[in-house]
Amino acid sequence: MSDNEVLPDLPEATARPRRSRLSVVWIIPIIAALLGGWIAVQKLLAEGPTIEISFASAEGLVAGTTTVKYNGVDVGKLQSLKVAGDRQRIIARVQMAPETKDWLLEDTWFWVVRPRIAGGSITGLGTLLSGSYIGMAIGKAGERTDSFTARDVPPVVAGDTPGRFFLLKAANLGSLDYGTPIYFRRIQVGQVASYSLDHDGRELTVRVFVNAPYDRFVKPDTRFWQASGLDFSLNANGLNVQTESLVSLLIGGLAFDTPAASVEDAAAAAETSFELFANEALAMKAPERGATHFVLYFDESVRGLSVGAPMTFLGLPIGEVASVRLEAGNRKNLQVRARVLVAAYPQRFLDILANPQELTGGKQPSPATRKLIVEQLVARGLRAQLRTGSLLTGQLYVALDYAANPASAKIDWTSEPPAFPVVRGGLTDIEAKLTSILAKLDGLPFEAIGSDLKKSLATLAGTLKDVDTLVKRWGGELTPELKGALVDARRSLAAAERLFDSAGKVVAPDSATLVELRGTLAEVKRTAQSLRVLTDYLERHPEALIRGKSEEEQ
Amino acid sequence: MSAVPASARSLGLAGCEVCGLVSRLPPGKSAAHCPRCGERLHFRRRASVESCWALVIAALILYIPANLLPVLTTYTPLGVETDTILQGVVELWSPSSWPLAIIVFVASITIPLGKLIALAYLLITVQRGSIQSTVQRARLYRMVKFIGRWSMLDVFVDTFVVALVQLKPLMWVAAGPGVIFFAGVVVVTMIAVNCFDPRLIWDLPEKENDVRQRSPA
Repeated sequence: MSDNEVLPDLPEATARPRRSRLSVVWIIPIIAALLGGWIAVQKLLAEGPTIEISFASAEGLVAGTTTVKYNGVDVGKLQSLKVAGDRQRIIARVQMAPETKDWLLEDTWFWVVRPRIAGGSITGLGTLLSGSYIGMAIGKAGERTDSFTARDVPPVVAGDTPGRFFLLKAANLGSLDYGTPIYFRRIQVGQVASYSLDHDGRELTVRVFVNAPYDRFVKPDTRFWQASGLDFSLNANGLNVQTESLVSLLIGGLAFDTPAASVEDAAAAAETSFELFANEALAMKAPERGATHFVLYFDESVRGLSVGAPMTFLGLPIGEVASVRLEAGNRKNLQVRARVLVAAYPQRFLDILANPQELTGGKQPSPATRKLIVEQLVARGLRAQLRTGSLLTGQLYVALDYAANPASAKIDWTSEPPAFPVVRGGLTDIEAKLTSILAKLDGLPFEAIGSDLKKSLATLAGTLKDVDTLVKRWGGELTPELKGALVDARRSLAAAERLFDSAGKVVAPDSATLVELRGTLAEVKRTAQSLRVLTDYLERHPEALIRGKSEEEQ
Repeated sequence: MSAVPASARSLGLAGCEVCGLVSRLPPGKSAAHCPRCGERLHFRRRASVESCWALVIAALILYIPANLLPVLTTYTPLGVETDTILQGVVELWSPSSWPLAIIVFVASITIPLGKLIALAYLLITVQRGSIQSTVQRARLYRMVKFIGRWSMLDVFVDTFVVALVQLKPLMWVAAGPGVIFFAGVVVVTMIAVNCFDPRLIWDLPEKENDVRQRSPA
């Protein structure tokens, strides 16, 4: 109470009952701990498996920064890089996201995404700026594992893409590569997945993937061919340029199609093996059924006629040249001539007919019917002839056409195969025609014409004499006018006589004009010959058109 | 020790923390209130040490995610980059901007941690009834209180950067969850500093003094 005495004025504080309570402030650290704990749990839950990927080179990879992406989504992060014990590879430790746990199968594919130009597309351009990342393609098979070997290239076909793989046997790779597109009717329907050289080194096996809706168009009879770049072919059909698309022009490609006859077949099974043809023509060349062979004998040059050259019937293809040989006959009767074996396809003939029913009655013609039809055609003048398909290249083809005035001929059914009648054709025709014109000129009866003219002139001279006597007799009586007219008439007759005389000179066998005419015709004949020589030479050396005659030839 | 003046408590008096009126506290356990403004009166702030400890511990807990979680996420065409505070410092540490790195390091890492350590030191010494270097400890307390407002620097920098760098789609910056925790650390620390009753620093020497003064009486 001594304090009160010191400070007597101070008031007494009011007293209230004290409420005992728990310190609320401890909620704050509890909340903080809960928050921190929750974050920690989140972090721990977000921790996925750690895997090791072995790379040939870690170029572009940065520990702590490089991510693993699956279809563009980050699913992992590169933690560290170290050189493997054998110093051959780089081992990358990657912290994966927890959802990837079930994806890490043995055939899961990892690769470094870098800018790449392949298969007609440029990929990974973004990595030019962002730096490389590790791509991931989820596998389908195998055990779970945590150590992988990175591949050099991304998988062409993602694991779960619907479709089918097929195998192609190729003689060489051409311009194929991973991802080379495959076209079906110029739609891209798949790509090359891989290729490998067979063990014996003779052939390549190209594994291709055809995407789902289109894989059913691959039938057991489907033909695959290289649509690589440009396919130039120069033959009797002219210049042929084939390309699938501008992309395939640049990077090559494959195409497939099924012959019309097999389109309805069931789809081919996966991993079916096909032959890879060099071009569409080879691939789609139908295994022609029921080819009928004929042999043609030509006395003229068959230069420019190659195996595979077409045979046309009134300009439409119905067959092709199967072989070109020489035949010498026997030793006694030596007659060397060109023997051209042609294959005619009756089916093609029927196919191009507008009304095959009327000819065949709706059923396949029997060999006897065929024989009859061919005989009738030959009887109407159908002949085989060599024609120039292209003047530039001198390629020949066999044309079946009606000859203008054919010598009667028949098919020689006795020979095997039967010999079809031929006529000369092509350039040789021109020469023959010129020769026949010359022969006709030669055969003109110039002598007879000359003697006839002489007789006419003698008669005319007699007539003139008679007229002269008449005039003299009438001399005194006739009026001067008449006399003048008579003199005029006489002058005219004399002029006519001179005219006839000079005409006689012209048509005389040794007259200058006739000699000149003959000379001209001979010149034309020589020109035709040298023209033939020139075309012959050009056939052999088409390049001479541009370069001129080469030195060694001279 | 005899130089230590008598405290209000030793005289049974308490000053109102709001209006400053000094009044005599009634004896007994009932709560005292200021007769002028009605504010609760204590000789010392109630549960000062306890709540200060609670807040210091809360701040320490928050300090961990504040430093582990990213505070800034930078989106550029080159990719997404997340930075924690320490990563930001490391990134700034270059020949040209090392002073900036030091500032950020001091403001964002040293000061919050230093404050927590200082508070913990004050609390421990108070609880152990230390009588050593009371003046230095008082100075430390003032420093901690003064510097508290500067600890928000990192949060301010973050908010400015996030607001200014919005060049979508070329480049933009987003705040990370670490900022919230960091702000939590700063706020909780400031409250803790306010909870601490600096009078406790001198209480023990006074008690000794009281004992010494009272024993002869």
